[in-house]
Amino acid sequence: MSDFKWPYPNEMDQEEQVSAEVLVLGGGIAGCYAAIAAARKGKKVVLVEKGATVRSGAAGSGFDHWESACTNPCSKVTAEEIANAYIDEQDGYSNGIAHYIECQEGWHRLKDMESFGGKIRDTQGEFAGADFRDEKTGLMFAYDYENKFTVRVWGSTFKPALYKELKRLGVVIYDRTEATALLTAKENGTRRCIGAMGMNVHTAKFLVFSARTTILAMSRPARIWLFDSDQVGLSEFRPTQSIGSGHAMGYRAGVEFTMMEKSVQGEFSAAGRSFPPYSTGNNHNTWYAATMVDARGVEIPYVDRDGKELKTVKERYYPAKGQKFFLKGGVIDNPKYEYRGPETLEFEELMKRGYQLPFYADLSRMPDEERRVIWGMMVAAEGKTKIPVLENFTERGFDPAKHRLQSYGTGWQSAAFLAQERQLFGAPGGIFHDWDLQTNIQGLYAAGDQLYASDCCGFAAATGYYAGRKAAAASSALELTAPDRADVNWEKKRLYAPLFVEDGMDWRELNKAISKAMQNYCGGVKNDMLLMQGLELLESYEKEYVPALSCANPHELMRAHEVMDILEVCKLILNACLLRKSSSAPLCFERSDYPQMDPQENQCFITICQEDGKICSRRVPKRYYGDVKSQYEACNQDYIKEEAWAYEED
Amino acid sequence: MKKTEFRAEPVSCSVKPLSFCQELCIGCNQCASVCQVDIMIPSPEKGKHPIVMYPGECYYCGSCVMACPVKGAIRLRHPLMNQTKFV
Repeated sequence: MSDFKWPYPNEMDQEEQVSAEVLVLGGGIAGCYAAIAAARKGKKVVLVEKGATVRSGAAGSGFDHWESACTNPCSKVTAEEIANAYIDEQDGYSNGIAHYIECQEGWHRLKDMESFGGKIRDTQGEFAGADFRDEKTGLMFAYDYENKFTVRVWGSTFKPALYKELKRLGVVIYDRTEATALLTAKENGTRRCIGAMGMNVHTAKFLVFSARTTILAMSRPARIWLFDSDQVGLSEFRPTQSIGSGHAMGYRAGVEFTMMEKSVQGEFSAAGRSFPPYSTGNNHNTWYAATMVDARGVEIPYVDRDGKELKTVKERYYPAKGQKFFLKGGVIDNPKYEYRGPETLEFEELMKRGYQLPFYADLSRMPDEERRVIWGMMVAAEGKTKIPVLENFTERGFDPAKHRLQSYGTGWQSAAFLAQERQLFGAPGGIFHDWDLQTNIQGLYAAGDQLYASDCCGFAAATGYYAGRKAAAASSALELTAPDRADVNWEKKRLYAPLFVEDGMDWRELNKAISKAMQNYCGGVKNDMLLMQGLELLESYEKEYVPALSCANPHELMRAHEVMDILEVCKLILNACLLRKSSSAPLCFERSDYPQMDPQENQCFITICQEDGKICSRRVPKRYYGDVKSQYEACNQDYIKEEAWAYEED
Repeated sequence: MKKTEFRAEPVSCSVKPLSFCQELCIGCNQCASVCQVDIMIPSPEKGKHPIVMYPGECYYCGSCVMACPVKGAIRLRHPLMNQTKFV
């Protein structure tokens, strides 16, 4: 095949110095809100994004519902109730601080979104009269129609609206720029973050960002256990380039993490293992609570938490008798009795009763507005559904009023993964933090998917904004510090190295080898020997094969850096697994050498960080953050007095 | 820092996520500039559709199609194995 000319200038020999009061790394939902919060405080804000901010991030192309908006004018639950329910539902392995912020401020961020031009309510009366629509406000709700705390939104309008607002506020955006390393310095015995370094992925220009405060708002790790070298972009649920570089650079710089031993058997979106999300017949998430039928066309019953069969579609959206509210959503798999909502009968019970596979979602049997809201509004606004699902299926002749859409496997995952095919999903581990969302490194904050036990877009928006305002407030007391030249030179050498290797290894070969190693040594069942052998193998890859990586242009170089970051994150995961000497049900963590499940003495967060090349760890009580409501109020009087009131609706 | 020369050639992949209609495409490169995965480069020929350099990296989000000012100029299609059944 003939070579194309690389279309962008070669700027390998150039270095740009950028300074900011607040530096935001990552331009997804969390990063955009962080930048907006800091810019509203009058700070000079720089945002660094590897892709294109207008559509970047896991929610770049859209999302369809916003969870835990407990302070919206129709809500019948409090932020305290829902935050505590999440903590309890996850047996305390939940992020109480971030969840409370999400529950308390998520609605404020939706109102912000509306002011930026995003669509959050049915302004045209398209769904007038529907059970899920509040007639006065035009807000539309999902899941629990009684308590109204999950809002259906037109999320495909959100990222362009955020992008416009960033521009309006004068945030300086560095698109197509990968952040690759944090800059830190020791000041008066304390480690402080003084900025970051990065590279333009079109021109290979090197960038040094000096900042008073920095916010990590990048993705959670991916492509750890799952990798398809042919269809790389289908390896995981999140965007191809969202692989956890923020975790990797944080770990290298000494940031403290927790729950990194948690991983779940794959659920979503691996090439060959599943279908495109939301494109199969199912009755969860976007598709809740679709009518399901079996192969004969016999309807599958919905039951409440007591096993009582529900006769109408409407009843699927209301709590059981004597139950205040129920929980549904991204991280809720099989909730405890207290929080369990209406659900179709268990698969085993359906088999006993003679129901026949395959199952189908049959929207034709639902009331018109329920059908239209699932297929047309939700399957359209949800990321990756507008074109590849709604538009393509419509072209193929699919009519939700006439056709049934097939389900695969036995449940809503529509996929069949093996135990060793794992993902960081369902509130995985991440950065440990305090009530300011500050990490253990002074001046370094975290938000969204980089926080431990993160879940949805509301979480990303609320924690992003919160980290932005805390980082802005702290920036006044901190000085800009020039980085150590040796750090800059070292990073430059590390970054460019694969460009100088002739005829070396393609990044895909290394990614595939890493994911195979993780399946073999950190699979469904773990023990010390396996984990240590896994570490040895990865360290040998780092020593022998990372220096052999070779690439021909900055795009391929970015992918090579991603694999180096994946390798770093794998070491973090293996070491975190070694630190927990027991098995745990809520952490989906099974060890053959320590089979005891959740012994009392290990029911705590185990943290991990690197200090001078050594692994350090602490044990922290599950409720280290105290009472969520009173602690939040103690830390946020300024926001409560100056900003929060503006979001109330009559 | 010493410089190396950048080279580029499309990386082959078993599927073709994107296709362009030569007649409709105005070569505005909007699709390439919104792609967060950066799988395209602008065409070396002005006014022509971008080159899909890295089709295997496509994440199938559809942002390119949403950004296209001419309906039908760019199409996104999931691989055959991902086509689900309806009756």
